[in-house]
Amino acid sequence: MDTLLQQVINGLVLGSLYALIALGYTMVYGVLNLINFAHGDVLMIGALAALSAIGMLHGAWPGLPGWLLMVLGICAAIPVCVALSLVIERVAYRPLRNAPRLAPLITAIGVSILIQTMAMLIWGRNYLTFPQLLPGAPIHIGNATITVTKVVVIVLAALIMGSLLWLVQSTRLGRAMRATAENPRVASLMGVNPDSVIAMTFAIGAGLAAVAGVMIESTYQVAHFYMGFIPGLKAFTAAVLGGIGNIAGAMVGGVLLGLIEALGAGYIGQLTNGIFGSNYQDVFAFIVLCAVLILRPSGLLGERVADRA
Amino acid sequence: MAECVLLANAVNKRFGGLQALCDVQIRIEQGQIYGLIGPNGAGKTTFFNVLTGLARPDSGTFELCGTPYWPTDAHRVAIAGIARTFQNIRLFPDMTALENVMVGRHARTRANALDAVLRTRRARVEEAAIRTRARELIDDIGIGRYAYYLARTLPYGDQRRLEIARALATEPRLLALDEPAAGMNATEKTALLELLTRIRARGVTILLIEHDVKLVMGLCDCVTVLDYGKVIAVGSPAQVQRDPAVIEAYLGPAHRTVPSRQDSA
Amino acid sequence: MSEAAAAEPAKGPPPAGGPMPARVIGAMAAVGATLVVLPWVAGAFGDAWIRALCFVTLYVMLALGLNIVVGFAGLLDLGYIAFYAVGAYTYALLASPHLTEHFPALAAAFPSGLHVPIWVALPIGASLAAAFGILLGAPVLKLRGDYLAIVTLGFGEIIRIFLNNLNAPLNFTNGPSGITLIDPVRIGSFDLAHPAPVLGVRPSSLMLYYYLLVGLALLSILVCVRLQDSRLGRAWMAIREDEVAARAMGINVRNVKLLAFSLGATFGGVAGGIFAAFQGFVSPESFSLNESIIVLSMIVLGGLGHVPGVVLGAVMLAMLPEALRHTAVPLQLAVFGRVLIDAEVLRMLLYGTATVGIMLYRPRGLWPAPEHGLHPAPGRAAAATPEGAQTVSRHG
Repeated sequence: MDTLLQQVINGLVLGSLYALIALGYTMVYGVLNLINFAHGDVLMIGALAALSAIGMLHGAWPGLPGWLLMVLGICAAIPVCVALSLVIERVAYRPLRNAPRLAPLITAIGVSILIQTMAMLIWGRNYLTFPQLLPGAPIHIGNATITVTKVVVIVLAALIMGSLLWLVQSTRLGRAMRATAENPRVASLMGVNPDSVIAMTFAIGAGLAAVAGVMIESTYQVAHFYMGFIPGLKAFTAAVLGGIGNIAGAMVGGVLLGLIEALGAGYIGQLTNGIFGSNYQDVFAFIVLCAVLILRPSGLLGERVADRA
Repeated sequence: MAECVLLANAVNKRFGGLQALCDVQIRIEQGQIYGLIGPNGAGKTTFFNVLTGLARPDSGTFELCGTPYWPTDAHRVAIAGIARTFQNIRLFPDMTALENVMVGRHARTRANALDAVLRTRRARVEEAAIRTRARELIDDIGIGRYAYYLARTLPYGDQRRLEIARALATEPRLLALDEPAAGMNATEKTALLELLTRIRARGVTILLIEHDVKLVMGLCDCVTVLDYGKVIAVGSPAQVQRDPAVIEAYLGPAHRTVPSRQDSA
Repeated sequence: MSEAAAAEPAKGPPPAGGPMPARVIGAMAAVGATLVVLPWVAGAFGDAWIRALCFVTLYVMLALGLNIVVGFAGLLDLGYIAFYAVGAYTYALLASPHLTEHFPALAAAFPSGLHVPIWVALPIGASLAAAFGILLGAPVLKLRGDYLAIVTLGFGEIIRIFLNNLNAPLNFTNGPSGITLIDPVRIGSFDLAHPAPVLGVRPSSLMLYYYLLVGLALLSILVCVRLQDSRLGRAWMAIREDEVAARAMGINVRNVKLLAFSLGATFGGVAGGIFAAFQGFVSPESFSLNESIIVLSMIVLGGLGHVPGVVLGAVMLAMLPEALRHTAVPLQLAVFGRVLIDAEVLRMLLYGTATVGIMLYRPRGLWPAPEHGLHPAPGRAAAATPEGAQTVSRHG
C-alpha cells in the first residue's frame, strides 16, 4: 500500500528530474527571454544516444559493470546533447534574436518536430527498453521502498544543482551569465561576449538534460522518440512555478512539482472517490502550469515583472 | 462663465517610495488650450496616464463636462470623451495612415461581428461613413497625400499629425497631447501651433504637456506648473513665467530674482 | 521641410463594395471550375485521392479558424485542436449509439437511438466550441505572447487527457477507443454515406462529401474576408500592433480578444462536427498537440493573417503528405529497394522543415498580405523597420 512516505520519495525522484530539466529552460529564458521549446527533445536525443552507446559498449565488452556502463552512457550523451543544442542555437535562434518574440517560439516548435523526426529515423518509432544497470533490489525505508537507481537520481541531481549554484554565484562565467541575463548590451560593454555566454548557457542546460534523460530512462526502463515532450513541458511548468529566469527557483519548482504530482496521483483516487484515478497524473502538471501563469506569472521566487507585450 | 470640461481634484498617486502626484488639482474650461508644464520628472505624464486610465490614482475625483468621471478601464476613456496622443508616438505602424484614423472612429461606431459577416445595410453605411470621415480628417490635418502609406513610413512630423488626426476621430471633448512638439524643429513647431489653434477653433478643448516654453507661451490660455508632483503655480503663461516658485523649480534656488526671457529646460 | 511634392499620393485599394474588376471575376470563375472538376480528375487515380481532398478542405477550415486567433488578433493558440475535438465529440455523442448504449435513462428516452440531425447537432457543437473558446480565452487574455501559447497548449492537453480518460466510472467518451458508428450527414432523407440513385446514377458518397466540404470551406473564406475588412477586423489589427494605443481609441481589448477566441473556436467546432460525420468515428488520437502544430505551420507557411495565404498553406501542407505517401514509398522502393523514410515520418519532416524554413527565410509566409504603400517618404523619415513577422515594434 502506498504510504505518504512512499509518495514523498516518488515525488523527490520526479522532482529531481524535473529540476535538472527545468534549469535548462530557466537559464535560456534568463539570457534570451525565449522558451526553448526543443529542450525536451534534446533530452530525448541524449537518452537515446546513451542507450545506443550502452548497447554498443555492452556488446563489445560484456563484462563491464552496470554502474560503469551508466557513467559511460552519460558521458556519451552529454557531448551529443551539447552539440545539438549549440547547433539549434546557432541555426534557429540566433538569426531571430531581434525578431518579435513569437517568431523564435514558432521556430522552436518546428525545431522540436525536426528533432523528433530525426530520432524516428535513427531509432525507429517503437519503445526501446533500457537495461537494468544498477541493482534493482528494493531498499526498505519504513513502509516505503526505493531502488538504487532512484537514490542515484536524487543524489546526482543534488550534486549537480549544488555545483551549478556555485558556478553561477562564485565564478567569472557565472557572473557573466548573470550580467548577460540582466542586460546584454551593458554586459557586452563590460567585455562580456554575449554570444559565447549564450552558447555556454545552452551547453550547460543541454548537459543537464543529457543526465536527466539517462536518469529517466533508467528509472522507467524505456526510451522512445516522444519521451521528451511530457517531461519537457512539466519541467517548464516547474521553471515557471519557481520563477522563470531564477536558477534556485527552477530547483525549488522542480522538487515542488514532483511532490505535487506524486502526492496528487497517489491520493486522487481517495479524494474523489474513484472518479478520477492516477491516470490523470499528467493533468496535475498542466493545471499547475495554467494556474501559475494566470495567477502568479512571476512564480514563487521570481520578482513581479510588469507585463511586457 | 465658460463651461468646465475637466475638473480634477486632489489627485494622488504613489509609486512605491515616490509620491508622483500630490493633491493635484486642474480645472480646464471649454475652448481652452491648457498647458501642463514642469521640470522633468514632475509628474506630468503620470497625470496623463491617470487621467486616461493607464494608471490607477490612489485618490482624487474627476468631472468631465459636469458628470463624474472615473478612469478605470482605459478603453472607456475615449468613449467618455478624452482622446490622447503619446510622448513616443504610438501609431499602428503596419496599418496605413487612413486605417489608423479609421480605428479612431471605433469609439463612435457600433458594427459588430454579425454585421460584418452578413454585411448588413447598417454595417455598409457605417463603414462608408467611417472611411469618409477618416479621409476628411486626414486631408484636413494636412497629410492627405499619405493616406495609403503605412504609418511607419511617414516623416516624423507627419506621424505626430497622424496621431492627432486619429485622436480627433474619436470626437473628443478633451484632446490630451503628450509632448506633441517633441523632436520638431522650428518650422514644424510653427505649423503645429497653427494646427492646434485651428483645432481649438473647431470647439475642441486641448490639454497638452510641453517642454518648449516658447510654444507654451504662444499657444496656451492657461497653464499649470507641476514640480515633484505638486502644483506650484496656475495662471496665464505670462503670470506663471514670472512666478518665483516656477523659476526656482526650473533653474534652481540661485535664480530667485526675475530673469529676462530665458528658455528653461 | 519634407519635399511633399515629391511624394506621390499612393493609390489606395479599390473601394469595397464596388464592382469587381473583370480579371478578379475571371480568376474566381477559373478557381470555381477547377474545384467542381477536381474530384472527377482525382477520382481517376483512386478514391483515396478524393478522401485526401476532403481532408484538405477540413484543414482549410481549421487553418482559417486558427488564423482568426493567431493571424488577425495576434494570439498564439497552441491548443486550438481542442475546439475541433469539442465539435467532433459533440456531434459524435449526439448522433451515435454510444450514449444510449451506456446510459439506460437515455436509451429509454430515445428508443430509436440518438440521431440528432446535422443541422441541429452542428450548431450545438459550434456553440459549445465557442463557449470553450471563451472559457479558455478569459483567463489568458492578459498573458503575453509566449506564456499565452504555453497555457493554451496546456489547456489543449488537458482536454485530450480528459477525452482519453472519461470512460470510467461513467463512460462519456469511451476513452482511447473513441466513438464509432456515427451517423453520416443526412439532408432530409438523402444520406450522404449511402446516396440514393439520382436519375438512375448512384453518385459517389465521397464526391458528395467533397462538394459539401468545399461549399463550407468557401463559406468560411467569405466569412473571414468579411471579418477582416470590417470595424472588428481593424480592431484586431490595432490590438496586434499596439494594445495600449488600441485601448486609447476606445477598443475593448478584452472583449475583442475573446471574440477572436470564440469565433476561431466556432470554425473548429463546425469542422469537427463535419469531420465526425464524414469519418464515422472519432478518437482522442486525432486531436493531439501535433495536430495543433500542424494547423499552426499551415498558417505560418502560407502567410499569417492573409486569407489567401492561409488557404494556400493549408492546401499545400495537407496535400503534400498525401502526395508523398503515394509517391515517396514506391519511389524509395524503386531506387533503394526498401523504404528508408516512411510516409508518416516524411509528413512530420515536412511540417518541421516548413515551419523552421519559413520563420528563418520568409517570416511573412509564402503569400503574405501585399504591403501597400511601402514607400519611404522624403524628409526626416521614421526608421523603416526590417522585414519581420507580423507585428513590428513593441513600445516598452
